[in-house]
Amino acid sequence: MTSAEPAAGPAGGASAILARGLTKRFGRRLAVDSVDLDVPRGSVFGFLGPNGSGKTTTIRMLLGLARPTAGQVELLGERMPRATATVLPRVGALVEGPALYPFLTARDGLSRLDAADPRSVSRTRGARVAEALERVGLTHAADKKAHAYSLGMRQRLGLAGALLRERELLVLDEPSNGLDPQGTREVRALIRRLADDGTTVFVSSHLLGEVEQLCSHVAVMRAGRLVMSGPLGELRAAGGRSAAVRTPDPDAAASVLAGLGLRPSVADGVVTADLGPGGDAHDGTEPAPESIVAALVAAGVRVRGFEVTTPSLEDRFVALTGEGFDVAG
Amino acid sequence: MSPDEAAPAATRRSAALRPFALFGSELATLFLRRRTIAMLAALAVVPVLIAVVVRVTGAGSNGRGPAFLGSITDNGLFVGFTALVVCIPLFLPLTLGVVAGDTIAGEAALGTLRYLLVAPAGRARLLLAKYAGVAAFALAAPVVIVLAGMGIGALLFPVRPVTLLSGDTTDAAGLLARTALLACYVALSLLGLGAIGLFVSTLTTVPVGAMAATVVLAGASQILDQLPQLDWLHPWLFTHYWLGFGDLLRDPIVWDSYGQDALLQAAYLAVFGALAYARFATKDILS
Repeated sequence: MTSAEPAAGPAGGASAILARGLTKRFGRRLAVDSVDLDVPRGSVFGFLGPNGSGKTTTIRMLLGLARPTAGQVELLGERMPRATATVLPRVGALVEGPALYPFLTARDGLSRLDAADPRSVSRTRGARVAEALERVGLTHAADKKAHAYSLGMRQRLGLAGALLRERELLVLDEPSNGLDPQGTREVRALIRRLADDGTTVFVSSHLLGEVEQLCSHVAVMRAGRLVMSGPLGELRAAGGRSAAVRTPDPDAAASVLAGLGLRPSVADGVVTADLGPGGDAHDGTEPAPESIVAALVAAGVRVRGFEVTTPSLEDRFVALTGEGFDVAG
Repeated sequence: MSPDEAAPAATRRSAALRPFALFGSELATLFLRRRTIAMLAALAVVPVLIAVVVRVTGAGSNGRGPAFLGSITDNGLFVGFTALVVCIPLFLPLTLGVVAGDTIAGEAALGTLRYLLVAPAGRARLLLAKYAGVAAFALAAPVVIVLAGMGIGALLFPVRPVTLLSGDTTDAAGLLARTALLACYVALSLLGLGAIGLFVSTLTTVPVGAMAATVVLAGASQILDQLPQLDWLHPWLFTHYWLGFGDLLRDPIVWDSYGQDALLQAAYLAVFGALAYARFATKDILS
């Protein structure tokens, strides 16, 4: 087994996915515009973006399904699509939803996918398929024809296909699509378990809550371009925290905050001020929240409420990708 | 960096390739599919229909109707031949067109094409496996017709040594060998059409369109083959030798049409196989 050790020698490289200047043009439409991606090994990488922002096209290029107009891709340290035959067996993928043979049972459909790879051992195929079905909780329906499957079951079967083998990298496009809340939780737990075992997971999603709970890194696409990429904390922190003081003495409060080096603004009896990048690793250039409260009390300001807010991922997402119907965006 | 050197030890260890697993899977998927079984069953009905009609009406055909029809009442073994002759212009190209047109376009429409390719099946290997399936169907179809024909023929009519077109007679074993040759001839004749269907199938994600186009091409080729003004073109039409199996029923067997047909079908296979590969190898899989 090849474990996904980070920086596994010169062959491994530190990146599970490395894309440089990835571009795809369909006729006159630029679907993906010079995207640079660097997915560290062992990370759970969230790939965000509104519908039609080029996520799936990017994934297709990463997997060698579509040919980039420009730019290049390395998967697990090897150039794609040249290394397709050696790299893809180590990559599990769910691309734009599951696809099943309606006339085959789940078990037969998975066997066919497994047989498609000339490197897979036929002797252990049955066991591999059964295990993959077990992992996604489909054992009871393994011998049903797939046309009888519900959306959630189809999604699970798609995931089973991605898990047929020990993978170093999983590329999952909307893995929780169509799943009920229990199913979503199971998928999240499954991804977490895989990540704990060292599998790199590249997951695209609209579900920001899910990304927030799962991912160590995120990248955000907008209209074919990558607008942000980095550790999750960085994305959140880039928006900055802010402190809000509710008080009947707004002017006094504002001057105290100004005295602390902040730039307060007053509205409706609430004084707010940006606190700069947050997180527990506070760098000390801005006052800590507790010292703000202490200073306010010491100055005799009547504090009725004090709140430090961190922007939600959704706020940041919308800030980066624009409101849904924002034409100018 | 060199990707060849970069292949990790684990992949190299399990690098013993099993390139035929996909072929097996393709054949199983094709022949266990209800649609394929239904098509083969429909083909098997043709000789049964012919035999029953001839038996019930009890009338000879007075030389009218398809080849061998008049011989049926005399010898049941001719039912299979008659049915083949009847099926060659339409039913055989129709069913083969369905299988060939579905090859790539069908997988694309289901979306399974992308999963086969990331498995990774390899584009050339997938095309080969798909074509192998088409070729297997091209053989299975005439075999089913001939077997069904011989079965029903033996049931409803006398079976005796067959008088060949050359006037010689052959016994059951000889006839069996010739029937096998005949089925192979028909299968061979369909290989060119199969390659055309495979190519058309790489052009679209709508399987019905690819099927229809393939069948239409088979029809058009047969129509062109009927026009005496296009004499020069006839030897180049892939349907030209479809009915040329009479030579197999002479003694000794005349191999000319077999050889010419093989050459022609090989040429179609080479051209349309290459076109299919050129198209499929660089195609963006967006379905």
